[in-house]
Amino acid sequence: MELRAKAFKYGDDINTDYIISGKYKFKSADMEAMAVHAMEDLDPDYYQKVKPEGGFLVAGRNFGMGSSREQAPLVLIHSNTRAVLAKGFARIFYRNAINTGLPVVECDTDLIDDGDELLVDLHSGVVRNITKGTEIPFAPLPAVMEQLLADGGLVEHFKKHGGFDL
Amino acid sequence: MITISGKTIAEKIFSAHSGTDARAADIVIADVDFVMGQDGTSPLAIRALANMGVEQVFDPEKVALVIDHSSPSPIEGVSALHTMMREFGARTGVRVYDIGEGVCHQVVPEHGHVVPGDLMVGCDSHTCTYGAVNVFSTGVGSTDGAAAMASGKLWFRVPDTMKVTYTGEIQPGVFSKDLVLYLAGKIGVDGATYEAIEFHGPVIDALSVDARMTISNMAIEVGAKAGLMKADEKTLAWYAGRSPRTPAPVDPDADAVYASEIEIDASAVGPQIAKPHAVDNVSPIEDVEGTPIAQGFVGTCTNGRLEDLAIAAEILGGRRVHPDVRFIVAPASKQIYLDAMVAGYIQTLVEAGAAVVTPGCGPCVGTHNGVPSDGENVISTANRNFKGRMGNSNAFIYLGSPATVAASVIEGKITDPRKYFG
Repeated sequence: MELRAKAFKYGDDINTDYIISGKYKFKSADMEAMAVHAMEDLDPDYYQKVKPEGGFLVAGRNFGMGSSREQAPLVLIHSNTRAVLAKGFARIFYRNAINTGLPVVECDTDLIDDGDELLVDLHSGVVRNITKGTEIPFAPLPAVMEQLLADGGLVEHFKKHGGFDL
Repeated sequence: MITISGKTIAEKIFSAHSGTDARAADIVIADVDFVMGQDGTSPLAIRALANMGVEQVFDPEKVALVIDHSSPSPIEGVSALHTMMREFGARTGVRVYDIGEGVCHQVVPEHGHVVPGDLMVGCDSHTCTYGAVNVFSTGVGSTDGAAAMASGKLWFRVPDTMKVTYTGEIQPGVFSKDLVLYLAGKIGVDGATYEAIEFHGPVIDALSVDARMTISNMAIEVGAKAGLMKADEKTLAWYAGRSPRTPAPVDPDADAVYASEIEIDASAVGPQIAKPHAVDNVSPIEDVEGTPIAQGFVGTCTNGRLEDLAIAAEILGGRRVHPDVRFIVAPASKQIYLDAMVAGYIQTLVEAGAAVVTPGCGPCVGTHNGVPSDGENVISTANRNFKGRMGNSNAFIYLGSPATVAASVIEGKITDPRKYFG
């Protein structure tokens, strides 16, 4: 799967309260309505910037630290975030992203600047930075996770196989 | 000759639950003993189950939902989500702990739903709390929770383990919260990402089960998947009468292989404070003493247990909360609330000026029951001080022990509690 979009770059340790604040998360199960608040405390314009054309959320270390809220990957998906690229991820966010179908790429994001145009090839494990003319390799996903993403997330996996078939 | 090394607690529990010789970095499909969801995460799990076409859970006795994050409901949107949970419970036979029962991480072990040696998942990041009673418990998202509710199984990557040993002796006025904040300051918020932590040493052995839970609760704050401790006679005594099941305590092998080992001399640790807006932004209390505060909070899955209320009551007995400070107390469960009433702690705290709110998570997660105002400083016993955590991104949250919070609300500024333990 190849994804192409612009990079929107942020820093290290972006926690789930930044991605979607608890004060919104507990109010509703309507992800479209909640998505307008995605990343709000860090960048009030995130939704406005990313929604129209889509984008990659690019970050540093430990992206998604904090709570287990699955609303975090869901509001990113609903704000048209095509994938998250970071130097590393907090483990619950990482699982939730795969289970809900949001691609997560662990790579050296120092080589990406805000506004760069990127082409992410999930299958061959390479980020092509079109703006800079550079390539950033990344390790492919473990087989279990690749299978889940290929099935369209954990719900679709269960529907297809009637339970775990990994 | 090939030498097979021993196993960590995590490797042993995953071996027993997956029927494999599970080692760090293996991916296994394991049987889970219990699945929990709360009102912030269960609605999405219920929806995922419906999308999977699953109508019944694998075993209604092994699933529970807890209404604690916005409890009682502050707004109609939440009321609808609570209704959805109650209807799910009625339909499937799953127990729903309704408003006033308490914070999920107190309710689950208190009602004996898990025993030492178990593997459980909860749709809440602080599910790691029960590591203190030798349960491999870890937080997952709603879709993982739904898969576990449907099948009684989940896939796991068997974690590497970091061994943390507390040596020496804990000093008067210093508590388990200070020990775990010190660790967060030392290794950082991603210091143990993807790993389990095992907590060992004479200091852990000497702590009560309540105090141990404070430490395991915060394992997630350094990125860990679990915060495990051995079960000892205190653990087993704590379980007496709580569960009909027989605990199966799991010790690590003497030759278990650890990814890293850290030793902390507890004798040298004083009261610690995590400053805004990161849990690893930790200082000795001396560095922030005198910082004015507008609100204090004792409660949460970190520090809302009986021992925590006892410490606060001991300091506040016969004293008054500063007139410029609001002081909020939330017992972690109904049982703790009742026990604290019988012991007189609630009366002491209310007489001193505390506002006691329904057992639950509200103030900590910013849903209701104490949202701070712009520019205000809050001192709290919670586990997170992220920007906006308590519902206002223009407020500043400092984390400390129940003793530090109690001492601080008396003076209206961050105060070293050791003067009450001279």
